[in-house]
Amino acid sequence: MKRLKNFIFLLAAVPLLAVASEGNIHLDKAPVNLADQESLQRGARLFVNSCLNCHSAASMRYSRMQDIGLTEDQIKDNLMFAAEKPGETMKVAMSKGDAKLWFGATPPDLSVIARSRGADWLYTYLRSFYRDETRPTGWNNLVFDKVGMPHVMWNLQGELVPRYKKEGEHEVIDGLELAKPGSVTLAEYDAMVGDLVNYLVWMGEPDQLKRKQLGLIVLAFLAIFFVVAYYLKKEFWKDIH
Amino acid sequence: MSALQKVMGWVDDRFPLTATYKAHLSEYYAPKNFNFWYFFGSLALLVLVLQIVTGIFLTMNYKPDAELAFASVEYIMRDVEWGWLIRYMHSTGASLFFVVVYLHMFRGLMYGSYRKPRELIWIFGVLIYLALMAEAFLGYLLPWGQMSFWGAQVIVNLFAAVPFIGDDLSIWIRGDYVISDATLNRFFAFHVIALPLVLLGLVVAHLVALHEVGSNNPDGVEIKKHKDPVTHIPLDGIPFHPYYTVKDIVGVIVFLMVFSAIVFFGPEMGGYFLEANNFVPADPLKTPPHIAPLWYFTPFYAILRAVPPMFGSQFPGVVAMGMSIVLMFFLPWLDRSKVKSIRYRGPIYKIMLTLFIISFIGLGYLGLLPSTPVATIFAQIFSVIYFLFFLLMPWYTSIDKTKPEPERVTG
Repeated sequence: MKRLKNFIFLLAAVPLLAVASEGNIHLDKAPVNLADQESLQRGARLFVNSCLNCHSAASMRYSRMQDIGLTEDQIKDNLMFAAEKPGETMKVAMSKGDAKLWFGATPPDLSVIARSRGADWLYTYLRSFYRDETRPTGWNNLVFDKVGMPHVMWNLQGELVPRYKKEGEHEVIDGLELAKPGSVTLAEYDAMVGDLVNYLVWMGEPDQLKRKQLGLIVLAFLAIFFVVAYYLKKEFWKDIH
Repeated sequence: MSALQKVMGWVDDRFPLTATYKAHLSEYYAPKNFNFWYFFGSLALLVLVLQIVTGIFLTMNYKPDAELAFASVEYIMRDVEWGWLIRYMHSTGASLFFVVVYLHMFRGLMYGSYRKPRELIWIFGVLIYLALMAEAFLGYLLPWGQMSFWGAQVIVNLFAAVPFIGDDLSIWIRGDYVISDATLNRFFAFHVIALPLVLLGLVVAHLVALHEVGSNNPDGVEIKKHKDPVTHIPLDGIPFHPYYTVKDIVGVIVFLMVFSAIVFFGPEMGGYFLEANNFVPADPLKTPPHIAPLWYFTPFYAILRAVPPMFGSQFPGVVAMGMSIVLMFFLPWLDRSKVKSIRYRGPIYKIMLTLFIISFIGLGYLGLLPSTPVATIFAQIFSVIYFLFFLLMPWYTSIDKTKPEPERVTG
């Protein structure tokens, strides 16, 4: 019996293994709210202006942005720089070879980036660039060390530099601080990145709001069907003892 | 005679339509004491049909081409009418298929449904399970994401561990030196036609064998021992239709509620049904830091990793993993108990079955984690228990103190 107890105790320790194996980078919670169409529209604008120059979103059609409350004319006039028709997908003019030469890696397609990286990772990543003169671009990132991407929105956020602390014999980065202010405050920049990540989450699966609305109807139907089926079964089975 | 009766008569003279309907539905007598655990057989059939139907619609837009596959899945998700629903139903169905089948198998273990005269039902069942694992593995390559690619790479490399012929064998399976377009094409062919045909054939065999000997029940006693002297109908039997058809509808609705909750509100299931890394297109040059198979394979993956390499070869681990499934085939002959159902078994079988289930779930959990020394020790303990459950069964089931079985089912 004692052995069994020990064994059960050991079993209880198993979940701790999972905690031990996770990374220790703290991710900030992204303010995702897909019901906020204005935020999605601001995010979309930032996306086509800042991201689409190097990254594609090859599964995403410009016209799909009608789902976040934009008209076809608004999309054509304000958001389409690299395409002729709203039905086209968000391709990029830069060739893969050039991109690899300039950044060391081809910038990934962003159609489903929020599904592979997660909103919190993106939100933290886009706010964690810092000055690092040892890197070819002059930029490094706290959550993606030695990243090939430069800080595209530096003129907005400004320039951050690392703050160090001593940990044993090594100096490690403790956090980032603002060395040179950008055109907006840090709080405003965080809000802009929040909008952008919100848009990326929406773009990862444009049908997701519809999916959840439909889900409620389906579950309600099944609940009613359950009551009917339950009493039907009861009626049939009342003779069986 | 009504027009319908005339038509039926015409058909029945040429094809046993009424006879088949009677034999398998309206005059198939099932024990009246089925409980919760007896929902999962019909649910497995339901999921099979769902997978086939959604699979047909996916095939209409999916492109089995290494250059196009990943984008074609996103095309289905965005541009195909209701494509997202079809795709999520298929991906959720794959995982729930295993949930349902595992519960169905557990039912068999509890009530001794594999015992004489149902050995062949059990063997067909294990074959279905094997075919299902192959089907799931092949299908997982098709979205052509990072996990698709590297998962397939790891599993096909297991065959490379076979002594002497391993390298040639793995190249023969892939059709290339690495997982490539050739592999994707053949996996697609096997996934959409070869394995489904095998599965359907085995399911028919499973059901024909079941209806030949009749269903077991939670008491593990044969209802055919006590028949009505006049009608020859088992006294504890009730016609499958309408009694179990109306009962199964209730189970189907509850199942569909769980299914819909996942499909509509969390199709990724926190990364267990759709992994985050599989939203990155396959890249043969970039190995992900942690490769884990989908949750339904992880118990066997953990057994594989629990066995240390011997003579510089992973082969012993591969053998252990294979044996962990092969042993299931022998279950009907390993069990020497006088009774079938856990209700009348002694404490030893109950403890062994509990330990077995804990080990299976424990292995499944460990198989999801990166390998660490502590995790490996746990996996080794669980693996030993897993194997002892089978290997010691002839011994512990024959010394276990059983209770007397009732003559008739107890409701």
